[in-house]
Amino acid sequence: MATQEVPLNETLAHLKTESETLKSKLEEERAKLHDVELHQVAEKVEGLGQFVMKTRRTLKGHGNKVLCMDWCKDKRRIVSSSQDGKVIVWDAFTTNKEHAVTMPCTWVMACAYAPSGCAVACGGLDNKCSVYPLSLDKNENLAAKKKSVAMHTNYLSACSFTNSDMQILTSSGDGTCALWDVESGQLLQSFHGHAADVLCLDLAPSETGNTFVSGGCDKKANVWDMRSGQCIQSFETHESDINSVRYYPSGDAFASGSDDATCRLYDLRADREVAIYSKDSIIFGVSSVDFSLSGRLLFGGYNDYTINVWDVLKGTRVSILFGHENRVSTLRVSPDGTAFCTGSWDHTLRIWA
Amino acid sequence: MCDELLHKSTPEFHRKENRKKMSGSSSLVAMKKVVQQLRFEASINRVKVSQAAADLQQFCIQNALQDPLLTGVSSSTNPFRPQKVCSFL
Repeated sequence: MATQEVPLNETLAHLKTESETLKSKLEEERAKLHDVELHQVAEKVEGLGQFVMKTRRTLKGHGNKVLCMDWCKDKRRIVSSSQDGKVIVWDAFTTNKEHAVTMPCTWVMACAYAPSGCAVACGGLDNKCSVYPLSLDKNENLAAKKKSVAMHTNYLSACSFTNSDMQILTSSGDGTCALWDVESGQLLQSFHGHAADVLCLDLAPSETGNTFVSGGCDKKANVWDMRSGQCIQSFETHESDINSVRYYPSGDAFASGSDDATCRLYDLRADREVAIYSKDSIIFGVSSVDFSLSGRLLFGGYNDYTINVWDVLKGTRVSILFGHENRVSTLRVSPDGTAFCTGSWDHTLRIWA
Repeated sequence: MCDELLHKSTPEFHRKENRKKMSGSSSLVAMKKVVQQLRFEASINRVKVSQAAADLQQFCIQNALQDPLLTGVSSSTNPFRPQKVCSFL
């Protein structure tokens, strides 16, 4: 009951009030500019016809749930990682496996291809992100050249090289994101702001500058300045964990997929959510989202084993794709937009076009 | 939800544990940071949704023809569509 405690409590209460006031002001400012809905603006745009998209390749070889995948810039190679600790590099055209590495941990939740195509990064329950240079010699043991880059204090949920092989961005169950120098393993910048596990991240298209977006179990999607570590914008409209975030190809918006069974589109210049992609009949969470090259289509992989294809402008579903026999856990459109790949808890990956 | 998802080795278990730990941090330092961050976010410049939406739409339209999944590129140009392996010249 020291007299010093009273001012401290007052200040805390003061700050809480100020934070509530600021939050309301933020909502007010955003609402002032909410003069129309995206789908209303898009009324005059021609509707999309029927889509014929089928599984064109099935990649079999993982012994357990596929958790993550990424395309190589050469538009044909793919890296995937699985619950059983295996990381495989495939040629998606021929379905041949080119490399395989066994990680020392299970649940390899994140994997990424280096921009040069010469290395892959991966990690998961080991709390690390490791880089494996890919050898041209198929007999060489990849694990021998492994380089430990990132160290978090909880599981690694996502990783991505920046626009070179030299830096990696990671997100973790420890609630932070971090930027690392691959060569030295040095932490270059850390990003604090999420109140719970960060589950996903995506880098802005290189033309739009040094920012990235992350999504977490705190239902927030945060946009960060990579150089300063500052959170520039924050969006909290989802009703549950955000499992996936992906930039719109122009860099002016991003989509998110959540356990609340919806995908949403947030415009960065309007600083608000501008579309929700949902249906009463869709009740299972979205694990992964990605856009087609023009940004007109949004593909979502769901926990009910399906892929829903959405018309981004009109907000309607244009197609539903079946094929996987368990949850779709990961989904990426190829670099040239000719196909997209999905990975599933049914142990397979599928290429759709 | 199957029990497998709550097993200690799964990320779902870690997620729930982390949520318990992280809620309720109301220290003075933390609150100051929250207020600072909110002040920053409140101060950014915004455009009207009508303008932002028009720009998103414009981008879609301008790039529509270069979007193979949208236009449904024929088998001869999409390397994935033919069932057999293509021969590239």
